[in-house]
Parts: sequence; C-alpha cells; structure tokens
Amino acid sequence: MAPIHLADLKPGQTATILVLHIDASLQHRFCALGLRCGQEIHLLRQGWMKGPLHVRVGMTEVMLRRCDAHRIYVTAVGEAA
Amino acid sequence: MKQIAVLGMPNTGKSTFFNRLTGSHAHIGNWPGITVDLMMAEVKLGDELAEVVDLPGIYDLRGFSADEAVVRCFLEKTPLDLVLIILNTTQIDRQIILPLQVRQLGLPAVVLLNMTDEAKRFGVKVQSDLLAQRLGMPVLPISAKYGVGYQAAIATLTELLQQHHPMVQVEGLEERLLNDQQLAVDLGAILEGAVQMPLRLSDQWTTRLDRFLLHPVLGLPIFFGAMYLIFQVIYALGSPMQAVLGDGLDWFKGNALEPLLSPFPSFLKGFLIDGLYEGIGTVAAFLPVIFLFFLCMAIIEDSGYLARSAFLMDALMERLGLDGRSFVMALMGFGCNVPAILGTRVMRSPGLRMLSMLVIPFSLCSARLNVFMFMTTAMFAANIAPRVIFSLYLLSFAAALLTAALFKGKFPNQEPLALELPPYRFPTIKQMLVRAWCEVKHFWIWSRRFIIVGVVAIWLLNNLPTNVPTASAQTLSGMIGETIQPLFAPLGINPQLTVALFFGFIAKEIVLGGLAVIYGKSEGGDLAGAIAQQIDWVQAYSFMLFTLLYVPCLSTIAVLKSESKSLKFALLSVGWSLGLAWFASFVFYQSARVLGF
Repeated sequence: MAPIHLADLKPGQTATILVLHIDASLQHRFCALGLRCGQEIHLLRQGWMKGPLHVRVGMTEVMLRRCDAHRIYVTAVGEAA
Repeated sequence: MKQIAVLGMPNTGKSTFFNRLTGSHAHIGNWPGITVDLMMAEVKLGDELAEVVDLPGIYDLRGFSADEAVVRCFLEKTPLDLVLIILNTTQIDRQIILPLQVRQLGLPAVVLLNMTDEAKRFGVKVQSDLLAQRLGMPVLPISAKYGVGYQAAIATLTELLQQHHPMVQVEGLEERLLNDQQLAVDLGAILEGAVQMPLRLSDQWTTRLDRFLLHPVLGLPIFFGAMYLIFQVIYALGSPMQAVLGDGLDWFKGNALEPLLSPFPSFLKGFLIDGLYEGIGTVAAFLPVIFLFFLCMAIIEDSGYLARSAFLMDALMERLGLDGRSFVMALMGFGCNVPAILGTRVMRSPGLRMLSMLVIPFSLCSARLNVFMFMTTAMFAANIAPRVIFSLYLLSFAAALLTAALFKGKFPNQEPLALELPPYRFPTIKQMLVRAWCEVKHFWIWSRRFIIVGVVAIWLLNNLPTNVPTASAQTLSGMIGETIQPLFAPLGINPQLTVALFFGFIAKEIVLGGLAVIYGKSEGGDLAGAIAQQIDWVQAYSFMLFTLLYVPCLSTIAVLKSESKSLKFALLSVGWSLGLAWFASFVFYQSARVLGF
C-alpha cells in the first residue's frame, strides 16, 4: 500500500505518525511540539489557498506548512482508533 | 550576587512570571558573545540579592534556531546558582524534556508548573511530589497570571539560595545532551503514574471560537475587521493624547523655556528651543501611540490570536518569504511605522524579521496621510482627491510586495513555520499595562539620542549661516537643495519642494510646517494657493509619490537600526527606499509628460 502523507488527510481525520522524513533541525522542533513517531495526530483544518495545516497532537495544537506535512508519513486513516 | 536564569518553552507564561518576579524594573543586559537582547533584573530574595535573567523561549536545548543557540551559549559562558524552568502544566507530557535536559547538564534547577488554573480546567492532574522525587529537583505548581502558589515558590527559591551551593557552569554542553532514544525512555519513566492526562484536549471554548475565527470564508473578513477596529482604537485614542502632550510641550516652551532663554543670543535660543527641545518633542509625541499599540498587541498576542492570524495569512505571505505575523505588523504600520517595527520582535527568525522590517516602512502612515490630504486638497478637484489618496494606498501595497519579492532571497527564513496555536486566553489588565510600559521605556531609551541628533543637525542645516532667513536658498539646506536639484528636476520637483523633502527626513509631520517656512506663508489657505500657482498636478503627484516611498522618518531609521543592530541594514533600508522613490517618481513624471499631461 502506498504510504500516506499527513498532507493527504482530510479535516476531521486521525492517523498515527509513522516516520518523519525531515532534517534534524525540524525534527527537534517537531519532537518538542509533540510530533513524534507513534503519536496520534488529528487534522483539524486546512488553510485557505493551500495554506498551512492545523493539527492536534495530544494536548497541543500546531500549525505547520503543507510542504513540511508532505514529509510526515502516517498510517492509513482509521487504523488508529 | 547570585545568578538565576529563567528557562522555558514559548507560550508557557515565562515572561509573565519574570515580570511578576522582577516588577517592571527589568532592563536589557549585555553578555559577551550573545547578540540577542536578554532582559534582566536584580531581585531581593530573603537577604540575598540575585540577578535574574530571562532567557529566550526555546523548545529544545539541542535545537538549531538562533534562540536555542543563544541559550546554549549563555549556559556555557555564565556560572549559575539556579535555573528556573517554567512549564505549561497542560503540556507537561512533552515539555518535561527541558528539565530532563537541564538535569543531564548538572545544573541546579527548580521546576515551576505554570498555568495550574488551565490544567485544572482541562483535567490534567500532576503529583508534583512524586515528580520532584523522580527528577531530583523541587517541583512547584503556580499560576503566574493570577499569582497562585507564587509565595511558596519564592520561599523555596530563597531557601535554596541560602544553602550556598557552588555555582555551576556547563562544560561540553553539546556532548552531554541526551539523544532522542534516551530522552523518550526517561520521559516515559518520569511521567508514568505521576501525571494523568485526558485523552485529548477538551477546550470547548477554543474549538468553538476557532470554528468562527479560522473559518475558510469568514476567517479573513473577521481578521481584517479586528485589525481595522484595533487601528481605530489606537488612533482615536492616540491622536488626542498626542495633541494633549503636544499642547503641554508647547505650553512649557511658551511659558517657561522662552522667557528663561530670552537673554541669550537668538541663534543659541533657536538652537535650544527649535532644535533640541523640538527634537525631544518629536520623540515624545510617539509615546502615547506606542503605549496604546503595545496594549493592543498584548491582547492579540497573549490571547492566542496572533498565531491564528499567521494561520490565516500564511498561504499568501509564504509566497513572499514572509509569514502571517509580518502581515499584521505591516497593517499596523499604516498607523505608525515605529511601533510596527518594534512589534516584529514576536518573530524569532532573523531573516524573517529583517525582511518584515524592510517592508513595513512602505506602509502609508498617518503622518504621510496628512501631507497627502493637504496636497490633494490644494491640487485636485473635490471629487478626484479621494481617488488620488486611494491610488497612493495601492502604491504603498505595491511597493511592499515588490520589496518582499526582491529581497526574499537576501533574507532567507530558515526557521520552519511550526507554530503552536495555544488555547484562547485573556490577558489580565496588569499584564497588558506592564508590557506596554516596558516597550515605551525601551523605545525612549533606544531612539531618543539618534532622533535628537538628527533633528539638531537638520535645524543647523536650515539655519546656517546665521545672517540669512531660515530654510532660504542661502542656507546650507537651501544650497544642498540647489546642488541636488539636477537630481530632482527630472522628477518635476522644484527647489522649494526639494528643501521640504529635506525636512521630511526628520518626520513627515513637519513637511507642511517646512513648506510654510519656505514659502513664508501660514499653513492655511495661503500656502495651498501659493503651491497651486507654482506647480501643476503632475508635479504634485510626483512629489507625493516621492514622499510616500522615501525614508518615512528619523524615528523609523532609529528603530530599524536599534532593532536590527546593524547600521548596514538601516542604510540598506534608507538607500532602497530613496532609490525606489526616485525611480517611481521619475517614471511617473516623465511618462505623464510624454503622454502630454
């Protein structure tokens, strides 16, 4: 099955983070914000005109740009209950 | 003296705690090798005097951002008695990595679990005793905003300082930090059983508000509406305050300074009153607006709406190398560029900040609007004048877009945009006032010297030599005006208007006053008539175009320099805006003439 990016999720969907294909600097930042492998991530909304994504991980809500979301691989939707 | 550093992630209420601890006595401290301003203050804890430093908010001691490098550099260079780590209790599950990292470095530390009020509301339960035992450092719940638990925290700090442990300076910081795997293992072990988190954030208020404020269709109109409202509040309240301040300064001048200085020769008198005193007045006139601006900024930022505005505007601003917060500041610049440039401090990436600061001076501020109102009334029919003003607003946007597009490569923004969208909160009145007061103080300290020197220099140019009328063709400024006239003639700007542009270098507020002096008329109907007789509308529009685009004022240059800490950057901004102004006026004037106007 083809891997799914965080950017492929639709608002309201939840998935689990599998891998973050990002460089070390962004890795530290995302990790500190709670975006780690194995964490459940919920897409709340997408910005207007292919704008940023609004996601929730645990107790934290974060906005991140679509280009970065393309490098975050997640489980198929619904696998994470 | 004891040394204490305050450490924490962004959005944990670290600054609120720092302000509460230090009163508003904090000032900017300098550390060797650290380029970022750090706030510091001396505080008495028991009978110990302690120097408390507020470190920039960071996510990870291993991080690569400028702020994270500053904190590492600080910890390696400064021996410390104590590190205060402020955590947001509701996010303890991820923020606990900071105390873990500090413990690994062997620094004596106290953990303050802030926002206990919010944690209770969201159902986060922490056994601080168990946590303290596992971390090997005191863990105290507080609410910096409301002061809950604050006394107990101070007592613990005082007690720790009185034990007189030796100061610790971190050596070989990089090698000692934990890797991801160790950190994840430690994190799990520390939290297990000591912290109870709800399954997910259940802040109904935030979810409901976001549904409106971040709505795909309604979000932007609401955002622009809110900005417009704030803009109105600042200038509806600020202008009368400015007027009262101006009247007060005038009264003092008329009733105290002038009688007091009357025995002195008129040159010295002029220098002291019209040069120096007016210079101080120019700076002071900005204070009410800056105070109100930061009062509003405190609400926007502390409420969590600033991060939301970044979300709303990001799609557009990303393409220009900026982000949504730059847009908010550029909008604020339409009132006054000075506080807008100070406001870019909320951005932590140097590239992003520099680019935003380069763009903001093109925002058509209220001082320039005054000049345009006067000129359009004098030169255009009543039904055309508003359209002329509107065209200048459009050109102001165009100049900002062009600047961003041209310079985005020169100021790359390395910091990835991964912003936290915190739950909505309302800042307390005290928080807002303290914040606004500190910013006003900062502005006053940084810019007064620069502005006063500039005002005095221009006054001298307009009044030397002493035996000719002020600002006439025989004065230094008149001569400079004549000399650079060949540069301005192709723009249709005559020698008198050239000298007025010289005045405008100080502040656009005094362009009209300058013209009145040059033409020897009052600012009322006579001046408008005199100018209208001398130039046509094409020349007038060319003059307005130049006024719109060139250096806004000395105060703006002063903050550009103090905020960027780079004279080169300030000169780049001045040079670019002068060049753009000349080019735009040239193209307009020459093409209008070619087209037969």
